[in-house]
Amino acid sequence: MIPSSSQILQPVRLSTIVGSFAVALFLNFLPWRDLRPVPDFVALVLAFWCVRQPRLVGLGVAWTLGLLSDAGNGVLLGQHALAYSLLAFLAVWLSRRILWFGPMLQSLHIALILLASQAAVLFVRLAAGDAFPGWPIFVAPLIAAALWPVVTWLLLLRQRRPANEQAI
Amino acid sequence: MHHTPPPFFKRGPAPLVRLLFFASLSLALLVIDARFRYVEGLRSWLALAAYPLQRAATAPIDLLSAVSEYLSTQASLIAENERLRERALANAQGAQRYLAAQAEAGELRRLIGAAEKLPVQSTPAEVLYLGRDPYSHKLFIDRGAVQGVKAGSPVADETGVVGQITRVHSLVSEVTLLTNPDQAIPVQVVRNGLRAVAFGGGNTGTLELRYMPANAEVQPGDRLVTSGLDGVYPAGLVVASVVSVERDPEHSFARVVCRPTAGVDRGRYVLILTSDVAPPPRPDEAQSSKDRRSDKTRRARAKEKQGDDSQ
Repeated sequence: MIPSSSQILQPVRLSTIVGSFAVALFLNFLPWRDLRPVPDFVALVLAFWCVRQPRLVGLGVAWTLGLLSDAGNGVLLGQHALAYSLLAFLAVWLSRRILWFGPMLQSLHIALILLASQAAVLFVRLAAGDAFPGWPIFVAPLIAAALWPVVTWLLLLRQRRPANEQAI
Repeated sequence: MHHTPPPFFKRGPAPLVRLLFFASLSLALLVIDARFRYVEGLRSWLALAAYPLQRAATAPIDLLSAVSEYLSTQASLIAENERLRERALANAQGAQRYLAAQAEAGELRRLIGAAEKLPVQSTPAEVLYLGRDPYSHKLFIDRGAVQGVKAGSPVADETGVVGQITRVHSLVSEVTLLTNPDQAIPVQVVRNGLRAVAFGGGNTGTLELRYMPANAEVQPGDRLVTSGLDGVYPAGLVVASVVSVERDPEHSFARVVCRPTAGVDRGRYVLILTSDVAPPPRPDEAQSSKDRRSDKTRRARAKEKQGDDSQ
């Protein structure tokens, strides 16, 4: 079996990473009608870069993004920062293992990571004195994980070499 | 012999150490924010940084509505015109009666020497987006400290009260909706003037009148308006209508569930209501109003926690 990381890719450009985070934040700020099934795009893109580029994107980036989305959403400062740090840690830690699998099994790993980060958010909310919001809160991470192959394809678009060059 | 790893193996501290560092930083921030509110400045700066993205995110919606407006057919416009004219007629009648009633009420109030009702100004604002957390019952509007918005002002739409401004950043403000479990609003039953306090019901999207005695005179269909007793909400704004009243002889309180009249979770435009003149301070209060508010929320939280424990 050939690990999916063995494709020879061009080195990543910093502009791709920054641009993808900007687009993810933009998608999160869209005025959705019902937020419950909408995946957290920032978490998904963050997991992607932590898996693919663990040396460039890590806990520091995760924490900063978490603070930004905390302030933007008016929740307790540090709630998403904690969740994203946990997510980045798990993704960096498992990155070599995850890249060895095919897209479906990768999604499964990502689902677990996203569920863990959602659990961290839930834990903070419960500790702050909120009522238990119900199990549908865990649906969004599963939907996000199902989007993983699409995200992989999209975000690697700029790194793929042209087909003729790869054949050489 | 001393070995140092080649520079390309250097990756900084181990991931677990970094996780512990950032996690403890987050926890410290959480505690500071939840307990002491020292980080409002940092929050404002971060909100300002996120503002361009928030504005950009509402742009496609604006574009869509502009396009659909442009493409709306003549027939639908004529129908809408007709409907609006009918409504204007109905409203005009109500407005005339309102003016007469207002004049009469003013005269009566002068007679009994009561203070003139404070004039209320309204500022229109556009809803930028809902809070990312669907359970926090907050929304963000595109008016902030620059436009003179103050924390604590009530927010309404054309049908009734939506919520209250709880945090003001420089360009955006945060509105806590009526349905937030921590939000309370003093109300009055229109039919008989009975006073009560309505609390948010959380995810059910309803309000609840707590601590109403089991024999209180409330019935389904009653309309609730603000009583204006707290000095925050102007009196007479429509809040909700009663949906169901459960009287259980085992409990000393009735369970009264109401549905908010305003589109608390719908609608794109809201009004911020402000009154310029501050009401006179209440006699028994030495504390400033800000301290009082934070105290109140803390007490409410503590109470809820106790309730959770006892269950």
